[in-house]
Amino acid sequence: MKRLFAAVLLAVASNVIADAALDARLRKLEEELRCLVCQNQSLADSNAGLADDLRREVRALAVAGKSDEEIKQFLVARYGDFVLYNPPVKSTTWLLWFGPFVLLAGGAVVWWAVGRRRSRKRSDDDDDDFRPPGGAPTPEQAVEKARELLDNPLD
Amino acid sequence: MKRLVWTLGLFVALLALLAIGLQLNPREVPSPLIGKPAPAFELVQLHKPGQKLGTADMKGQVWLLNVWASWCVSCRVEHPLLVELAKANVVPVIGLNYKDKNEAGLAWLAQNGDPYRLSVVDADGRVGIDWGVYGVPETFVVDKAGMIRYKQIGPLTAEALQQKILPLVRSLQQS
Repeated sequence: MKRLFAAVLLAVASNVIADAALDARLRKLEEELRCLVCQNQSLADSNAGLADDLRREVRALAVAGKSDEEIKQFLVARYGDFVLYNPPVKSTTWLLWFGPFVLLAGGAVVWWAVGRRRSRKRSDDDDDDFRPPGGAPTPEQAVEKARELLDNPLD
Repeated sequence: MKRLVWTLGLFVALLALLAIGLQLNPREVPSPLIGKPAPAFELVQLHKPGQKLGTADMKGQVWLLNVWASWCVSCRVEHPLLVELAKANVVPVIGLNYKDKNEAGLAWLAQNGDPYRLSVVDADGRVGIDWGVYGVPETFVVDKAGMIRYKQIGPLTAEALQQKILPLVRSLQQS
């Protein structure tokens, strides 16, 4: 009798654990799926009637032994990539996936070009202000000039 | 001057992008079922619960599937158009009574007029899921070979009917 009781308890407990595991798996899966009715909510969060139906459908598929990927395919076949919060990379979604990086690269190019133009302009200004007409003196000329000044003080 | 042209060009491009974005309707999710075989069903008829109608029975003719329910508010908006379409007798319309109670559906048809060749009952919405239904009313155009050719999401409009659906139906009927 005791043994039977223990066996029943064990069976119930393992069932509960299996159910909890399934619940956790479904919860995670449903968070990656978009509700078609309240479009900014996941299937897990939505109270819409259709979301209820789809959660029921997803659970039935999972119980029937379908993998997460197969369940997603089931929904995509009916509602399109729109149901996935994580859309696949393909030619129609290139703009979505790579657009931000293209913009970033464009911004970097503009930033670099503006910076270069500015620094060139500044060094041009430097030249105008300090370089004597006729170009900078060579070191030899400078030494010669210094000697001249030493030999013939200005006063 | 060159810089002004560039800035102005960028501004106009951005404006165009935003203008296009505003024209789009995010509620309309394009159906992946267009150009694919219509998902098969065989459902009990609303008026004759003893009899069934399936997609197989409609093979060989162009037909419309209109998803409706007595609880659906915008179904009332498109209903006069369907009644008119039925009078013109151009194309058979099958009604899919979606997630509705039979009595409520029958009462609704008695009150508003019944434009359908016949209606079938999808009480739990299971067939609706197969057809990718997410916002009632929806209307599908199915060709002779049983392929879905067009889907109207939301209520039919006179414009959609005249400019898209009827011309499509005519060309499908002739092919």
